Amino acid sequence: MTQPLLEVSGLKTHFPTAAGIARAVDGVSFTLGRGEVLGLVGESGSGKSVTGFSLIGLVDAPGRIVEGSVHYGGRDLVGLSTAALRRIRGKEIAMVFQDPMMTLNPVLSIATQMRLAIEAHERVSKAAARARSVEVLARVGIPAPESRLDAYPHQFSGGMRQRVAIAIALLHRPKIIIADEPTTALDVSIQAQILAEMKALVDEIGMAMIWISHDLATVSSIADRIDVMYAGRIVEAGPVGAVLRSPRHPYTQGLLESLPSRTVPGEELRQIPGTTPSLTNLPNGCAFAPRCPRADTKCQVMPVESAAAERTWRCHHPETQRSAA
Amino acid sequence: MLGFVIQRLWQAMIVILAMSVLVFCGVFAVGNPIDVLISPDATQDIRAQVIAQYGLDQPLWRQYFTFFGRMLQGDFGESFVYNMPVTQLILSRLPATLELVLFAVVGASLLGIPLGMYAGYRHDAPAAKIIMGLSILGFSVPSFWIGLVLIMTFAVQLGWLPAGGRGTTASLFGIEWSFLTIDGLRHMLLPAINLALFKLAMMIRLARAGTREIMLTDTIRFARAAGLSEGTVLVRHVLRLIAIPLVTIFGLELGSTLAFAVVTETIFSWPGLGKLIIDSITSLDRPVMVAYLMLVALLFVMINFFVDLAYALLDPRLRRARA
Ligand SMILES: Nc1ncnc2c1ncn2[C@@H]1O[C@H](COP(=O)(O)OP(=O)(O)OP(=O)(O)O)[C@@H](O)[C@H]1O
Ligand code: SF4
Ligand SMILES: [Mg+2]
Repeated sequence: MTQPLLEVSGLKTHFPTAAGIARAVDGVSFTLGRGEVLGLVGESGSGKSVTGFSLIGLVDAPGRIVEGSVHYGGRDLVGLSTAALRRIRGKEIAMVFQDPMMTLNPVLSIATQMRLAIEAHERVSKAAARARSVEVLARVGIPAPESRLDAYPHQFSGGMRQRVAIAIALLHRPKIIIADEPTTALDVSIQAQILAEMKALVDEIGMAMIWISHDLATVSSIADRIDVMYAGRIVEAGPVGAVLRSPRHPYTQGLLESLPSRTVPGEELRQIPGTTPSLTNLPNGCAFAPRCPRADTKCQVMPVESAAAERTWRCHHPETQRSAA
Repeated sequence: MLGFVIQRLWQAMIVILAMSVLVFCGVFAVGNPIDVLISPDATQDIRAQVIAQYGLDQPLWRQYFTFFGRMLQGDFGESFVYNMPVTQLILSRLPATLELVLFAVVGASLLGIPLGMYAGYRHDAPAAKIIMGLSILGFSVPSFWIGLVLIMTFAVQLGWLPAGGRGTTASLFGIEWSFLTIDGLRHMLLPAINLALFKLAMMIRLARAGTREIMLTDTIRFARAAGLSEGTVLVRHVLRLIAIPLVTIFGLELGSTLAFAVVTETIFSWPGLGKLIIDSITSLDRPVMVAYLMLVALLFVMINFFVDLAYALLDPRLRRARA
């Protein structure tokens, strides 16, 4: 295999809180190849967003990366100076967020926000910045971008606003885009549109993407590979088809079974019993044990990562029958 | 935008009209000016003559209409005490207050907003804690006491700055201003600082609170994720987002300080409006009180108008609603 574009290993991001240290990301490793789409899934609070922020050094104080490395372009981004990180953000690695209502600045015109993003990395004339903005807006599917450029965020619909945010992220044709649930806040019909467009853009530009979501369904339709996260760790990873066909980790199985599409109409939606654990007070062994149907005394010891055929999992009693078939 | 301006002007006129009725009746209820105007041992005849001369024998509504008609022509009558037209009297005092207050409020904002933004941005830094500590002082120590301390320190003990008066003035547009001469500026410095401290503290706290709140939003995270420098984030994003409350307080403080700079003006013998109104209250100088209150109403209406205009410029979401 050639050198991956991004290689994350042993990443730990902790937040000191009044209740103790919250281990939001606790030893996450994965690689991302050129043009690859990696889906990062997990329930709310599993540390997906913090993982994304950690990659580009945007962890909110007092949180910080306590261990691990993020190799990109021959450098470790962990411990890079603010100035050096800033030159990578938006230019090499861009990020879009969940709610376009919150990410775009309501009091600045789209033109201004796009110009600021361009000027962050290049010196360009106002006219050139406009031309480039119009071009990128057209690319993400904003109709009549010239006439919309001087509008303000509140004059756009939710879907259009997210397209603008995506356009801002694409201005410098980054190598990687981290998409943190960019469709979650949108109407279902718009979600599908944006999802399809993102997929097309990624293919067209040849970007790699980390698609963060709590929804296995969206991930399965866009990702090449999938990382399932639970309580700050990746508990199962592999090619998306293989993982969804034959999940090995009970948590992945639980997520799959709670998908609405897997439920017989009229039957109640199945849910994983219990709630996500408190990150300041995790059990010693497997963090999923209190909710796991297969847990036994062995599970009081942290399971090590097993690997086979491009897949990894962290479980003492992985499901193997279906994958054998 | 034009519709907005016209609508606001219309509202302003109604406010002024209502204020004129309130002020007129209010002042009418305060004591009898005749007792001030003529000595108690004057004859009945002289008394009646003076009453008629000032129109005080007329019914209230007629007095009001006379007053209102004259007011529209900028005529508030003659001061009982100074024996000169009130309009002229007030205009001779207004520039002194105006320049002092503008100096203080603008200075407090120009200094307070960056300090507050810094304190919000680096809220754990020792410098930020010092700034916040000083701002609490600015809030809690009474203004007159600070004024006295300033005089004791810089005028009496160190002898660096004068303790009172306007100093040398120079003329611009036919009006005398202190800020045009070095000596005038030296005279203005201490009273301006005295007036500014409270506003400085307020601006610092407001800017800090806004900055802290905005820095945690996804807007800022997104701007940073796009590679914007911290300076650009602060100036282009944060400052714009916290501008509305800052402009509001700026307007309110400007208005109330113009109207009530009296403590500072008294301590520093600054010959402004504040001293004039206190004198006119003690001497029941009715025309001056009325003109002064009308001026204050006008000032507030004007400031409100400009603050509203600033809102519309600062926040595009308000534009459509008001256009
Ligand atoms: N600023 C912070 N201060 C303290 N703890 C934090 C902070 N940010 C995140 N955390 C902790 O990290 C955990 C993971 O948060 P994260 O936002 O990464 O979850 P997520 O998987 O993205 O969930 P969601 O689907 O809700 O976005 C949170 O449960 C919280 O305990
Ligand atoms: S290690 Fe044990 S508790 Fe954890 S998921 Fe596997 S079976 Fe369940
Ligand atoms: Mg999240």
